[in-house]
Amino acid sequence: MIGFVVLALLMIASAIFTVTAKKPVYSVVGLLVNFIALAITYLTLHAEFLAVIQIVVYSGAILILFVFVIALLSSGTKPFEPGPNRMPRAVIPAVIFGVAGFAAIVVAISKTVFAPAVIAGATGDANVFGSVADFGTALFTTNLLPFEVTAFVLMVAIVGVVLLAGDEAPGRRAPKRIAREPISPPREPIAR
Amino acid sequence: MNAPVEAYIIVAAILFFIGVVGVIARRNPLIQLMSIELLFNSANLALVTFARSWANNAGHVFAFLVITVAAAEAAIGLAIVVIVFRKTTFVDVDEVATLKG
Repeated sequence: MIGFVVLALLMIASAIFTVTAKKPVYSVVGLLVNFIALAITYLTLHAEFLAVIQIVVYSGAILILFVFVIALLSSGTKPFEPGPNRMPRAVIPAVIFGVAGFAAIVVAISKTVFAPAVIAGATGDANVFGSVADFGTALFTTNLLPFEVTAFVLMVAIVGVVLLAGDEAPGRRAPKRIAREPISPPREPIAR
Repeated sequence: MNAPVEAYIIVAAILFFIGVVGVIARRNPLIQLMSIELLFNSANLALVTFARSWANNAGHVFAFLVITVAAAEAAIGLAIVVIVFRKTTFVDVDEVATLKG
């Protein structure tokens, strides 16, 4: 119970830090703490494969993608210049909506009786609920079609990213890049 | 499981609505995308909690699929941020007011 409380406080604090941080790099650090605490929470819930995947995919791949984009965008320019604030009071309805939704969930939970199933064996034992073998059997037998659709989703994402962020249509020559000054506040958009 | 199911679900709800506030109130698209990752993660926490509660690993498979979709979403969202930043100097969703490429 103490472990759960520590993990929960860590997750909530890092989530608040992520949302309120001034710079996106700080948000990435907060999100990293959140993901690692969440992976440990998965271990307490007998989801050992998901705990590993959480570390590898989220902390390893997705956060590196964020850091990479932040580094790419802030190189050679003043980083993250905000424009004029057109919705200065957006925080108020956001907080009201958040608190209302949370209250609705608390009411729904208070009206439900949970009876968690008893599982013989600890996390990490072979062939109990949530072991890697158990998860793999479920993934490759009962849920084989969703697994295959996952591959399709990833392929669509790859093609979409190449189409969106690729430099130019294939067959054309690359446009000449404009050399940038180290710090040049309102830089011209790159001629394409 | 060293805490009741309700505690896990309440933590997931808190994380979810922190993410909601981040998506609505922040103006930096990168932080908004990270808030969306928070939303995915809180949904995953609820799925894994219910999977443990009923000892049924369909919830694990579902959380696995959510992680895959989150990866695809992050890649495409960041690609959009990059091309928007190529057109304008701002990294600010309020400034993106046109669909013209």
